This record gives sequence, C-alpha cells and structure tokens, in this order.
Amino acid sequence: MSVSPAVPSTRASQPKRGWYKRNEIAITPWLFLLPAILFFAVYVVIPIGQSFWISFHEWDGLGEKTWVGTANYERLLGWGDQSIDRKFETSFWNNIRWLILYLLAIPAGLFIALFLNQSVTGIRFYKSMFFFPFVISQVVVGLVFSWFYLPNVGMFDLITGFFGIDISGGVLGNPDTATYGIIAAGLWPQTAYCMILYLTGLNAVDPEQVEAARLDGAKGSRMLWYVILPQLKPATFIAFVVTIIGALRSFDLISVMTNGGPFGSTRVLSFYMFEESLSEFGFRMGYGAAIAVVLFFIMLGFIAYFLWSMYRDEKGAR
Amino acid sequence: MFPTPIAKTSRTWQVSYQALLPVALIIWLLPLIAVANFSIKPESDFVNGNYWGLPGSFEAFNNYGRVFFDSDMPRYLLNSLLITIPTVIGAVALSCMAGFALGIYKFRSNLPIFFMFIAGNFVPFQILMVPVRDLTVSLNLYDTKTGLVLFHIAFQTGFCTLFMRNFIRALPFPLIEAARVEGIAEWRIFLFVVLPLMKPALAALSVLIFTFIWNDYFWAVVLTQGPDSQPVTAGITAFNSQFRAAYHLMSAGSIVAALPPVLMFFLMQKHFIAGLTLGAVK
Repeated sequence: MSVSPAVPSTRASQPKRGWYKRNEIAITPWLFLLPAILFFAVYVVIPIGQSFWISFHEWDGLGEKTWVGTANYERLLGWGDQSIDRKFETSFWNNIRWLILYLLAIPAGLFIALFLNQSVTGIRFYKSMFFFPFVISQVVVGLVFSWFYLPNVGMFDLITGFFGIDISGGVLGNPDTATYGIIAAGLWPQTAYCMILYLTGLNAVDPEQVEAARLDGAKGSRMLWYVILPQLKPATFIAFVVTIIGALRSFDLISVMTNGGPFGSTRVLSFYMFEESLSEFGFRMGYGAAIAVVLFFIMLGFIAYFLWSMYRDEKGAR
Repeated sequence: MFPTPIAKTSRTWQVSYQALLPVALIIWLLPLIAVANFSIKPESDFVNGNYWGLPGSFEAFNNYGRVFFDSDMPRYLLNSLLITIPTVIGAVALSCMAGFALGIYKFRSNLPIFFMFIAGNFVPFQILMVPVRDLTVSLNLYDTKTGLVLFHIAFQTGFCTLFMRNFIRALPFPLIEAARVEGIAEWRIFLFVVLPLMKPALAALSVLIFTFIWNDYFWAVVLTQGPDSQPVTAGITAFNSQFRAAYHLMSAGSIVAALPPVLMFFLMQKHFIAGLTLGAVK
C-alpha cells in the first residue's frame, strides 16, 4: 500500500486495459469462490443428488446398479402389501426420543450458565472446566459412560442398587433403558455446549435494562422470563440448531456404547443406514441410501426453518 | 448483571455459593475423574472388584507406557495429526477466499451461494456416505489419509465459509473502498488489507476445526480401515479389542486419544469460545 503513487492513478494514460482489468470487480469474486464451490459441489451437493438416485436401485457397491423403482421405500415404509421394516420403525422412534430428550440440554445449559455467571475468584477456571466435556471426542465419552454403566460393578449400578433399583443386564444391556442411557451420555457434552452459548449471551445482556427492571420490582423467575430470555434469543436459536442437528446425527455414541444392541433396541436411522450399507452380510447401498433419504426429509423441515430465519435476518440487515 | 452479583447478596449465600462451586464441578466431571483414576490403577484392582476406590498402587507409568510402546497407538496419533492439520489448512484457506468473495462483493447470486454453504452444513451427513465412499474408492483413495482429508476439507468449508463471511462483513468497508481508490488490485486487497484483519477469525476457526476433525469418528470408519490410515478415534476401538476388559489400559488409551484437542482448548481458550459462540450475541 505504501508504494501507491502520489498521483492517484495512471489509468488515463493506458487507454486499452486488459479484459481482466476492466471486469476485475465482476470476475474476482468468482475466482475466489471457485475452489470452495468446486470442493463443495463434488463432495456435498452432487452426492445428495446421487443418494436419491441410488435409493431407487439395488446395489452392492461394486457391480452394476439394478433399477428397482420405489421398491426400497416400499420395503422400508411398508407401502402396499408389505409390513413396515421393524428395524426402521425402532430406529425412527429412537430418533424421536433423541430429538425430544436432547433438547433438555438447552434448559440444563441455561441453568448452569446462570449458576456460573458470577464474578468470584477462580470463576474462569470453573467455567472452562464445566465446558471441558464438549472438547472430548464422543468416542471417548461413550467409552467412559459405558464403564460408568457396567452391570454390578459400574458406579451407576452401585448407586441405583443403593436405592434398591436393579436394572437387569445393566443400563446398556437392557433394551428398555439402553437408549436412555446413551442419550444421557450425549447430553453431557451437549449441555456444556449450550452452557457456553448462554454464558456468552449473558455477558452481552444490557445491564441498564436489568437495573431498570430491578427498580420496577422484577426479580427471580419473572426477571428471567420477561427481561433476560428475550435478550438471549440469538443464543437460544443457535442452541436449538446445534442440539437438533446433533440429535439427528447421533452415531458415534451408539456405535461405541452398544453397537445398536441389545436386540437392535438402540438403533437410530443414521446407525441403521450405516449398518445396512456396510454390514458384514453384504453391502446394501440402495437400501441404505433410501434410509438416508428418509432421514434427510425428517431433517429438511428443521433445515428449512433454520435457513428461513437466517435469511430473514440477512434481509433485515440490509 | 443477571443473576444478582454474589457480592450484593447475603453472607450465607456467598459462603454457600463458594462451597457449592467445587462440589458441583466434581459431580459434573465425575466420569472423567473416574477414568483418570482407572488409568493409574494396577490390573489387580479390577480383579478384586476395586473399580471406583483409590488405586491399590500407582501404575501410571506402566499403563501409559504400554499404550505408547505396546500398541499401535502412536501410529494412530500420527495419522490423526496428518489428517487434522492439512484439513485445517485447506478448509481455512478455501473459506477465507470464499468468505472474502461473499462478504465484500455484491452480485446477484451472492446470497444463494452463501445459503448453499449453510444448507450443506446442516445436511445429515449419512446422505453423503454412499456416494462419497464410492467416489473415494473410484479415485483410489479408499483407506488413505488423503481421501479423508479431501472430504473433510469440502464438508468443513460450509461452516467455515459461514464464519468467515460474517466476520468479513463486520469489517469496516471504507477500508476496502479506500484501497480501491488507490488502484490496488483486488487480490492484493485480499492479501494485504483483509487477511491481516482476519487473524482472530483464523485462530478461532483453526482451533475449532482441529477439534472437530480430531474427534470425527463416522467418516474415519466409512473411508478408512486398519492402522495405516485410521485416526485415533477409530483406532481406539481396535486398541480396545487388543486389550479387551483391561480397563486400566483402555482408560489410559482413551485419555491419550482425547488429550490433543483438550490441550488445544486450554491453550487457545479465548479463540475457541469466540469461534463456537459466533452469532450467540447480536
């Protein structure tokens, strides 16, 4: 920048500039976008379309694809004279359980954030230690919790045993409790994430409004509901986005903690899809793709809503 | 400030708050404390049923030594590094450029392209699995680190572009106009005006992507197999079948696998949280 000439420009003395020079403002953004778009198209956008295409085929991943029309979907959803795929049914309802229970991370995160939003000595240390679980890989979280849940010797079993509750086979060995056990493990890092979002949000709450509300006699839960939460709206929105997406993507924990069992009771769509596509009984890519497409449509409602609210904000910003 | 600052409350609540903090923290981190405890126990403790009590003897050097010298763990760790670092560089580089294009220039398809990146980021990645695996196989990149890196770069570019574009948009635009008036080429504006201002965003994004990629498990099992190219998240399962039910070694291995992102977080905490909470405040 420092070498720019004192005379503003020498352009006038160059009547014929190159084509690039003349169109610089129009061309440059595309040159800058090109690599990112290329990568994104090849690995993300096109594969979405391909998955739809593959879901209408029977394919073992190696040989020729055989067109089977909607047969995969008929088998999956039980259209026509077939009954619904039982594994799919279990996975679907488990996905709903994940979705609903995972949302508990949001109020839990808010609660911890409110608890920690003080300025006492060492509070920074406490905040980062409370956030700690989020940084750890879900694989490790899963392992840790599976030891926690061990039958007879696990800490959880010892505690419930103390209260006279005995879960036969341990939390993860019992089809009635296994999914809830995994969700609880997932809630641990997710709550930490929501907490950090709310801590940042609380930092930006307008102190004058809080003081004014206090003078008007607002306090406790009424203050929280009418004054604080409205100001935390951006944080809540992001907490919802990451929690819902996290719930529907859940795979690592299930794979590590129960591998879908016992008796397939902890399968979710993402896990079932993986299992069908790359199972040891042969690759059923077409059927797997069909499951992924169903999952995609479940998620589409949420994605559309998220995009719509972000789009509204973009338009409002202009 | 909400809730009421502790200094303005009654003496009893002040004292009990100070006492409550460490108790709450210990309960919160109980699973981790248990694993750390596991990893320094001798094997005999588990045989005798002493799972959760104090270690019978201090075996940390022994246990961690076996993780490093008796297993494929060092190899998996190296693989993880060789996957994570190129991905961070690639994704940050691509998204810097894309973010610059979307944040500075006005053209008709600007917003649609931006939303394509955001939308791709929300997609359940299972829908990409079959085609991406097929593509990787046909490029002869199945079970290679390169195959994994290429995919990670592409997928992370979505989130990174969202991040970078919003950051660049918040920069003072007159700066760029001033540079244009000076007749500076557009690519020089990127390199010498915008890029130096993006240092905080670069730092935040790098730590964040490092953690995400290090902790990835799904794509590691879809696109790789075996110790030649699998990262440590996938390697830990192989490690665990090697030392089945040897909790002292499995826990030591888990801690080793989890450590790098943890270190990253504690060293770069400010940047990490800035990256994660982008958009939580308007």
